[in-house]
Amino acid sequence: MTTRAVESWTLQPLTDFVREASVRLVLLMTPAGQVLAQSGFSRAVDVMSAAALGAAIVASTNELAKQLRQAPFAALNHQGHRHGIFLSTFPIERGTVVALAVYDLDVSSLGLVQLFYEQLAADLKAASPKGTVPKQVLAADFERELSESLNTLFGR
Amino acid sequence: MNSALDLITRVRGVRGAMLVSAEDGLVIAEQLMEGIKGSAVAALAASLAGRLRRAMEAAGLGSSVFWHLQADQGTLLVVPAASGILVVAVAEPDVNIGLVRLELLRAGEAVV
Repeated sequence: MTTRAVESWTLQPLTDFVREASVRLVLLMTPAGQVLAQSGFSRAVDVMSAAALGAAIVASTNELAKQLRQAPFAALNHQGHRHGIFLSTFPIERGTVVALAVYDLDVSSLGLVQLFYEQLAADLKAASPKGTVPKQVLAADFERELSESLNTLFGR
Repeated sequence: MNSALDLITRVRGVRGAMLVSAEDGLVIAEQLMEGIKGSAVAALAASLAGRLRRAMEAAGLGSSVFWHLQADQGTLLVVPAASGILVVAVAEPDVNIGLVRLELLRAGEAVV
């Protein structure tokens, strides 16, 4: 399974998470949908779609939480017949990271994913660069940034 | 559900008992001593149960009734109940396995 990172400090924690939780696909991104790392995706278009949809779900559930006057939801899990989707956010020094994981129910489980997700969040917090301000993505730079990220993620 | 766990935790050497959803590895009920991470035990027990089930089916042995995992510092004992619930005990290495097994089987019948 291919694991690649735009932000290199995410690579080892993500590789460990994929191995231990036996997940099929993982995407680490910002709430804006900017991808930090991916594992298991074979096509750039799938990464773009998953990032956009994951970010949209986070945004809509956060808004729903606001409407209910409560803190944002900690995690969202959707269980189908064969696969489960786990989506959650956690803070690091540079902002918020969104983790999207897809797992096969034959191979893994929600309990296993949750267990190692806690470890992933702790490892990423520890590994994230300290004292740096995240680079702002301007609309004018968006396409170039996206293209560069996808090139990194798919080794082009 | 808690009364079913009571009988297991009364056995000398048992450090905790849990009911775990076999499908998703989440805790349904637990009575654990301090220091035992229930969510981790539940996730790993369910993961093992799933793999064991498939291995036993492939070997043509049918479904498992009881399994016992011995580690350096403790023992994991599990009875898969009919309703998709795992009855799990975490115990000292020198616990009376027969007695714990009996209580796990009784708990398994009680939670169906």
